[in-house]
Amino acid sequence: MTNSWNDIKNTDLVLIMGGNAAEAHPCGFKWVTEAKANNGAKLIVVDPRFTRSAAVADVYAPIRPGTDIAFLSGVMRYLLANGKIHREYAKAYTNATYLVKEGFKFEDGLFAGYDEARKNYVDRSTWEYQFDDQGMVKVDDTLQDRNCVLNLLKVHVERYTPEMVERIAGTPKAKFLQICEMIASTSTPDRTMTSMYALGWTQHTTGAQNIRSMAMIQLLLGNMGMPGGGVNALRGHSNVQGITDLALLSTSTPGYLVLPTDREATYDDYMKSRRFKPLRPGQTSFWQNYEKFFVSQQKSLFGKAATKDNNWAYDYLPKFDVSYDVLKMVDMMAAGQMNGLFCQGLNILMASPNKAKVATGLAKLKWMVVIDPLETETARFWENHGEYNNVDPKAIQTEVIQLPASTYAEEEGSATNSSRVIMWHWKAVDGPGESKSDMEIMSALHLRLKALYAKDGGAFPEPIVDTAWDYKKPENPDPAEVLKDINGYALEDIPDPADPSKVLLAAGKLLPTFAMMRDDGKTSGGMWIYTGVYTEAGNMSMRRDASDPTGLGIHPNWGFSWPANRRVLYNRASADPDGKPWSQRKKYLEWNGQRWAGGDVPDYGPTIAPDKNVGPFIMNQEGTARLFARAAMPDGPFPEHYEPMDAYIANPLHPKVTVNPVVRVFAADAKSFGTPDKFPIVATSYRLAEHFHYWTKNVHDNAVLQPEMFVEMGERLARAKGIKDGDWVEISSQRGAIKAKACVTKRIRPIMVDGSPCDVVGLPIHFGFIGLTRKSQPVNTLTPSVGDASVNTPEYKAFLVDVKKTTPPAAQPATV
Amino acid sequence: MSVLQALDLRRRSASTVPPPPAGKAAAVEVAKLIDVSKCIGCKACQAACLEWNDLQQPIGVTDGTYNNPTDLTPTSFTVMRFAEHEHGDELEWLIRKDGCMHCDDPGCLKACPAPGAIVQYTNGIVDFISENCIGCAYCVKGCPFNIPRISKVDHKAYKCTLCSDRVVVGQAPACAKACPTQAIYFGTKADMTAHAAKRIIDLKSRGYGNAGLYDPPGVGGTHVMYVLHHADKPSLYSGLPDNPRISPMVGLWKGMLKPISLAAIAFAGVFGLLHYVAKGPNRVTEHDEEQAAELEERKGA
Amino acid sequence: MAVTRRQFMRVSAAGIAASTVGALGFGDAGEALAAGVRPFKLERATETRNACPYCAVACGVLIYSMADGTAKDAKPKVVHIEGDPDHPVNRGTLCSRGAASLGYVHSANRLKYPMHRKPGSDKFERVTWDFALDRIARLMKEDRDKNFVARNRDGVTVNRWLSTGFFGGSSLSNEAGYLTYKFVRSTGILAFEDQARI
Repeated sequence: MTNSWNDIKNTDLVLIMGGNAAEAHPCGFKWVTEAKANNGAKLIVVDPRFTRSAAVADVYAPIRPGTDIAFLSGVMRYLLANGKIHREYAKAYTNATYLVKEGFKFEDGLFAGYDEARKNYVDRSTWEYQFDDQGMVKVDDTLQDRNCVLNLLKVHVERYTPEMVERIAGTPKAKFLQICEMIASTSTPDRTMTSMYALGWTQHTTGAQNIRSMAMIQLLLGNMGMPGGGVNALRGHSNVQGITDLALLSTSTPGYLVLPTDREATYDDYMKSRRFKPLRPGQTSFWQNYEKFFVSQQKSLFGKAATKDNNWAYDYLPKFDVSYDVLKMVDMMAAGQMNGLFCQGLNILMASPNKAKVATGLAKLKWMVVIDPLETETARFWENHGEYNNVDPKAIQTEVIQLPASTYAEEEGSATNSSRVIMWHWKAVDGPGESKSDMEIMSALHLRLKALYAKDGGAFPEPIVDTAWDYKKPENPDPAEVLKDINGYALEDIPDPADPSKVLLAAGKLLPTFAMMRDDGKTSGGMWIYTGVYTEAGNMSMRRDASDPTGLGIHPNWGFSWPANRRVLYNRASADPDGKPWSQRKKYLEWNGQRWAGGDVPDYGPTIAPDKNVGPFIMNQEGTARLFARAAMPDGPFPEHYEPMDAYIANPLHPKVTVNPVVRVFAADAKSFGTPDKFPIVATSYRLAEHFHYWTKNVHDNAVLQPEMFVEMGERLARAKGIKDGDWVEISSQRGAIKAKACVTKRIRPIMVDGSPCDVVGLPIHFGFIGLTRKSQPVNTLTPSVGDASVNTPEYKAFLVDVKKTTPPAAQPATV
Repeated sequence: MSVLQALDLRRRSASTVPPPPAGKAAAVEVAKLIDVSKCIGCKACQAACLEWNDLQQPIGVTDGTYNNPTDLTPTSFTVMRFAEHEHGDELEWLIRKDGCMHCDDPGCLKACPAPGAIVQYTNGIVDFISENCIGCAYCVKGCPFNIPRISKVDHKAYKCTLCSDRVVVGQAPACAKACPTQAIYFGTKADMTAHAAKRIIDLKSRGYGNAGLYDPPGVGGTHVMYVLHHADKPSLYSGLPDNPRISPMVGLWKGMLKPISLAAIAFAGVFGLLHYVAKGPNRVTEHDEEQAAELEERKGA
Repeated sequence: MAVTRRQFMRVSAAGIAASTVGALGFGDAGEALAAGVRPFKLERATETRNACPYCAVACGVLIYSMADGTAKDAKPKVVHIEGDPDHPVNRGTLCSRGAASLGYVHSANRLKYPMHRKPGSDKFERVTWDFALDRIARLMKEDRDKNFVARNRDGVTVNRWLSTGFFGGSSLSNEAGYLTYKFVRSTGILAFEDQARI
């Protein structure tokens, strides 16, 4: 989230699209009801189904799954065509006025530089600004040049007329225009809109561009950095934010640093491309500090073994050639390229698309370790569960070791919610039986492996042997000590740069802020963005002062919000270029002559005066936000509508380029996509309020509240197929088939696409062959193994199926 | 509301309750307000109720709706009822938390022949005292909202207690505490009525001209009230009675009981128990009900 | 972390019991009442501040635990979980998942012991932690030593191990997450992911 759960109460308009907050995040949704009840806010819900969020919305509009970019580009077109943008904001704080290179173009569904053979934009050189002799971006403040970003954007979205939106997305024109008008009302400085999204936007082959579209709308409206504004990812697991920050991801290291690639053979190569230089005069590109963050992290990881002489143990890090993301891993497993696998609290047999492919992959492993508090389908993938998991155990040679982990109630530590607030929790009881915490299990495995390599040697033992595990109790470290390790220490006295005879911070002290990090090995710190969470003043994540002095929902002394305890990101943008709030009603920060004052920590140099013209988006080299993404996105600097891989229609905008042209398709999956002649119904998958992923099917009361798999379908489709409530239905896709009970509802209506009705069905993801709920074949039996062009998040939200009435499955015994 | 709610009795089934001692302040009446317009149907109230009351509701099957369990049971004191309502081109998903309304004039208590099996505290909460229940199910017929359920295990009647055990220590009922959107409020009846008035103004400003408070006078008002967007048509909300009133049969009961002495009540209790022991739980049959209605009519004529 | 609300409740509960019974002053009705209102079940419980394990709203919860007076094992057990009213985000509320999370802690499907499934077997067999951990460390080393890639085809040092993968969990604490990171990255594993991707 750029803003926070509490901040939603400040909004005037909530747009829930690409998510279903009432269903998946009810206690966060509370702040929507708060904004409605006490701030006169309106709620818009755009979703293929009339959801629980829609049940309390002021306006609901249907949309065909996978067409969000068409809808949002239509909104951009409306705002630009009707002058409903916050012009001053867009001019000052975005790259609207920047000039783009002459050769940039978009034609017939493709941007400049596409290589048909390699299915990639191999030449992205025109996705770039024009620069002057000083290396600074050329701008046109008059916005007259046809190559300035705003004019290019106008041209790009011109095709998304309300009629085209209706044709592609199926949203009735009148409804669409009503929503455009409501959104446009927040282009004035005294009104803001908040966007709340989740997997409904990410789980598409155009996922990252869905979110970019909304970010662009919010920038045009001047709603970024504003109270009650922002683009807010609701996020899934309780610490998915923290675990993302900590980079349990194939190409990252903690704090959004990047692992080296094969092209960066030496430390100098690696650092050269990361010493980002400003692209506009006077900007303070934040990433200028990259090396300080990186070196401090290496000191935390490898301690004394990371020295200047060995380039801070640069070679201890693996380099990547391609992304080893979830889909790639499953593909490697299925191809027999993997021998071992750990599943620590991730039920891969349920969680990755195309269950048959995952099961094939697991069966080809030599060994698998499952660490979980609960029984999972993954741990028992080799077990025969009749038609729910019809396998022959004898034929599966995978050795499986299952380790019992403790739960939240049985351990202490910190977690980071989707508002980026790090909060501590305390242990209540011991776990059952011989269960152990994940900290203890990781320590045991590391120490054993370390001992083996120390004793016997082997392939490149150094990084394992040298990993710093010098905690007081190495076999089960105190979480507080580990949080200190993440925060960072002064390893030697840190001299004051202004007066080297003075010591800024004495050796052994915890770093108070990441500004203290050094690139000379004098500091450690596992993750710069969390620095400040544990200082000499104590564990800030334990703070429980719920006061809110400004009444804006900031709660500055509750936990610690990264970075630097900042609650609303880009908050400098809440004031105009002169430092005055855009509107008294939305006052958040202002320049008081000496410094930036307000209830939040400025996302900016606290004493940088407005006349220095430093932009508010300090993470970008431009200091401004990007309506034009340059080459940062693999599928284009502007978002474009492409059909899901299971395409329902030929793309009306450019029939020759129907789907995202740069999507990665593995050879093994080339024939796994469905076509509407065989699978004429659009399906989407989702979560229910009563369940959390695949956990709560093991919880009695949740199994009571939603006991069994179902498929939601509209009355028209049900009538056509002779299906009634509670009938058994077979749902099939190009990947497989499952059975589910019919839930016939008025809440899904056929969506008029290109003039004809399109039937949509919905499938909850929660049910499997382990648990207290009725056994079911999981939904990922049906979903396609393909991901977003930018980050490879699977396309769970839009795929093609057929349905027919069928016979009940065999008896459904519950529990293992 | 005082933190400590005095749970003096106002009424007791098949008994007379002496007035509280002179000089004692009257208890504040409590109420739960369910604002249907804020309800997202997440079932937090159901989960909290099951957990707090240690209820072991069996795991069922789905019938193709979001209603799970499909009805109130002796181990499900509250359920969400989902209704899809179309008007013109617009759709509304009307989600109502169903459960005991804690009538100010409780039909169940009036119908109950077992002394002390149903009590009403002076704060308005109507509570079932299992120890005294004879399982005759007269409360079921006495209830205008079809709430009490008879257990097949111990043959006693069960329903929402308004978490009398929480209220007595100054805590809100489990459902109200849990409700994520504060669609369920708990407090004094006066405060809840005032809060409802504000919500109704907001709803009217959003185009719900018929928004209103459901506090039906036919049962003397209730200690569980609803804010409805369509207060003119309560039945849209999965059959919430438009004009609930106590069944005529209960009036008959009262009529018969009036002249009978306390001793006779005691006898009725003992008889009820013996009857139960000998024959198992009784049910009010349709025949009984017809007879009662007939008697009532005759009395009226 | 125990706090004082529990003591407050104990006082309240005791106070109400005395005043109610005292005020009634009449026979069976008083007894009926005493029998009717359930005793407040958290009176003896310890309160611990924690966070709901499910979604990323990460609601504050209060975990109530106490020893079962009848058990020989005097270890406290969790008896109730409800929202933390002081928490600025959830303000004491919980959804149907959080409100039922007691059933997660006590789920019949909680794992209690390390288990081992031999190749081709149709069952898990209980093993000791020592067996399990030693076995895993051996399997890792064997595969890593055999398949570690020190240099790529162009001779660039890449130091990666691609034949073993690691899926981490997004419900780990930050501290468990960081230890996981250290452990996994030190081996050169690149196929290292979590739910954030999917």
